[in-house]
Amino acid sequence: MISLFLLVLAMALVTYIPRLVPLLWLRDLKLPPFVKRFLLFTPYAVLASLIFPGILQATTSLTSALVGGAVATSLAFLRVNLMLVVIGGIAGVYLVETFL
Amino acid sequence: MATPVPQMTPISNKDAFRSGMRAGIPVAVGYIPIAIAFGLLAKSFDMPNVITLAMSLFIFAGASQFIGVQLIMAGSMYWEIILTTFILNLRHFLMSAALSQRLETTSNRFLAAIAFGVTDETFSVASTRDESTRGHFVLGLNMIAFLAWNVGTWIGVFLAFGLPTSVQTSMGIALYAMFIGLLVPSLTRKPVIVVAAIAVLTQAVLYYGVSPFIPLSSGLSIILATIVAAGIGAMVYKEDEA
Repeated sequence: MISLFLLVLAMALVTYIPRLVPLLWLRDLKLPPFVKRFLLFTPYAVLASLIFPGILQATTSLTSALVGGAVATSLAFLRVNLMLVVIGGIAGVYLVETFL
Repeated sequence: MATPVPQMTPISNKDAFRSGMRAGIPVAVGYIPIAIAFGLLAKSFDMPNVITLAMSLFIFAGASQFIGVQLIMAGSMYWEIILTTFILNLRHFLMSAALSQRLETTSNRFLAAIAFGVTDETFSVASTRDESTRGHFVLGLNMIAFLAWNVGTWIGVFLAFGLPTSVQTSMGIALYAMFIGLLVPSLTRKPVIVVAAIAVLTQAVLYYGVSPFIPLSSGLSIILATIVAAGIGAMVYKEDEA
């Protein structure tokens, strides 16, 4: 039990370090323009790589995941509130898994 | 860089914090079912409740907690578990680095508090909101996500035995729907479209072409795809188009 707890603390530490180091030490550094542009593009690159291929295994079937993703994408194109995009995605999956 | 100087809005720290919490509601809604699932999984593996709750409290990283529980119960070596966790979460380095360039100056202690709450989801929301130059906004956002994650874990460990599976599995799409909802409205500028497309393409190559032969953790492939896509974007688009 104690060793398990120590393991959790070690996991917490190696999770925290990558989150902390850039925030503390990259701020005051004068970054070269290339690195700045790289960091400006990072959010979009991260979002896209989070969505695919992860979404394929987000639900119990590929079909429901794709339908949920399609509903969310359509709603997002219509610029509706983020909460509605999420609810729409869930509803899409729920309907497919219940009725197909 | 001709980025417009952000208007110094007369919003108090308290209001920025509150507005961050509001911005985090979709994240919280997505986290609760996943955290419940995490609690249930740990329970089904007979993980001591204290350890499960401590994981959500101290680690606060979804994927590595799931994998951690599985590895612990499979009897993996501790150093293997720690290394896997590290590799899986190294992607947050890129996110914190991006965040470090947005945030206005705040104390190191404050930054240390913000850093703890950097996740895929909180980062995604923060980086698509103009208010995220305010430390209090990001802290509020991270805080509500952290609360939801822990509340969900408690529910999973102590309460959730009768949740219909159909509802549970439908919730699995929640975070992805949120990512889509965050990315799609940004796809109006060509550089962003190109970077997103390269990221997906790289992921496809890694997923279908590489991972059947060389096992790649999802964390590692996210890091690789991000570096390739943001790197090409930074090389090709030299003007401040990002």
